[in-house]
Amino acid sequence: MTYSFLRLAAEALRGQTGWTPAWRDPEPKAEYDALVVGGGGHGLATAYYLAREHGITNVAVLEKGWIGSGNAGRNTTIIRSNYLLPGNEAFYEHSMKLWEGLEQDLNYNAMVSQRGVLNLVNSDAARDAAARRGNAMRLHGVDAELLDADGVRAMVPYLDFDNARFPIKGGLLQRRGGTARHDAVVWGFARAADRRGVDIVQNCEVTGIRVSNGRVMGVETTRGFIGAGKVGLAVAGNSSRLAGMAGMRLPIESHVLQAFVSEAIKPLIDCVITFGAGHFYISQSDKGGLVFGGDIDGYNSYAQRGGLPLVEDVMEAFMALLPLAGRLRVLRSWGGIMDMSMDGSPIIDRSPIEGLYLNTGWCYGGFKATPASGWCFAWTMAKDEAHPLNAAMRLDRFASGALIDEKGAGPYPNKH
Amino acid sequence: MLLIPCPFCGPRPEIEFVYGGEAHIARPADPSALDDAAWAAFLHTRSNPRGRHAERWRHLHGCARFFNVVRDTVTDRFAEHEAGG
Repeated sequence: MTYSFLRLAAEALRGQTGWTPAWRDPEPKAEYDALVVGGGGHGLATAYYLAREHGITNVAVLEKGWIGSGNAGRNTTIIRSNYLLPGNEAFYEHSMKLWEGLEQDLNYNAMVSQRGVLNLVNSDAARDAAARRGNAMRLHGVDAELLDADGVRAMVPYLDFDNARFPIKGGLLQRRGGTARHDAVVWGFARAADRRGVDIVQNCEVTGIRVSNGRVMGVETTRGFIGAGKVGLAVAGNSSRLAGMAGMRLPIESHVLQAFVSEAIKPLIDCVITFGAGHFYISQSDKGGLVFGGDIDGYNSYAQRGGLPLVEDVMEAFMALLPLAGRLRVLRSWGGIMDMSMDGSPIIDRSPIEGLYLNTGWCYGGFKATPASGWCFAWTMAKDEAHPLNAAMRLDRFASGALIDEKGAGPYPNKH
Repeated sequence: MLLIPCPFCGPRPEIEFVYGGEAHIARPADPSALDDAAWAAFLHTRSNPRGRHAERWRHLHGCARFFNVVRDTVTDRFAEHEAGG
């Protein structure tokens, strides 16, 4: 069923009784051409682009829970392409361009809102770094503006500009950045993939990967064995576990990242603001809640909940940036498990096992990458080689030394 | 808040500690004898288990000593600990 104004009007007249489920709930078949493990944004986007770009429609997405139950429903919904390094910037800009056309493409309202992403700078050194990054972006044809303190004050006058510890000296603004509705993104991809014949199989946990003579044969699941010549893993924080089922060890650590939402207030923040000095980012949802987050807790974790020391740290940053936070109440907090890679950049690549592909290492920047990650992973799975956009996101870069260390932090996954 | 059992000071709150990552990863005695894959495995590859994880902590704001401990990465329960690094 195609969604349109006419359909909406027709349904309004007959009491909304004609809507059908957005996607089918099929029994898994015994054999597929390709399997995608993980029904999050990246997995669903992969299946969608496999069908749309490469004509591979005999595909299933296997999800252990339900669509939107993992990190797809736990992020802070920010989209941007303000990266420095050549291996990253072209990829994230491709993602930004896909976001810009996504809703028409999927026939689904993902509420993509290009409200601007403003990275504040609090010191002369930070301004130099922001100028350098902005220039790198513009060399890649991406919009970037360096604002002085007055420019920032005109946009967001309610910040604590004269904070004694972190005075606001300016900011790097990407106007095309913004937010998207995270649940709608996965629902839209699931529906669009389903319409092209992809089976979305929920409540189907992969318990083993069958490999024979160095080739993948399929996966064992809680709903029986499913055969496939190509298997792509897009399982975020569970990447090490799934790769372990095929006998591989990855340069990944799983860490918990918390996010928060305040009670709903009247419109206040009309862009995304990030505060590098305290590592804090905030935007306002359409319902009015302030959505914000900070660092990971810093130790290996598979628990989808974090600890109070980090909560205190995030609230301190919030107060330092926006003293009005002291009058707000926090509505909810939650945690998601991040696949922290050793250089802070992702891996979209073949694995040493023929027919098994890896999509991992997103750290806590996976949401914005959703369309391009699926697009590039589909390309890699269909053609058995990387697209130029993900050519640098190789698994063997950790041995070759060609790391993509955006932050220059070294091999410490809890520092990215 | 993790309550971390320092073998020298007893259980202390998480904020006194610095995390040191997976335990029992010894720097190779002769790095130049290793090929790139083996060096990368030492530097970057981790077990990252869901469940029991042997890890290092340093009680920086206490006795400042390193120690190893086994923690469950799902329940955050500490199982056992040993001195040394």
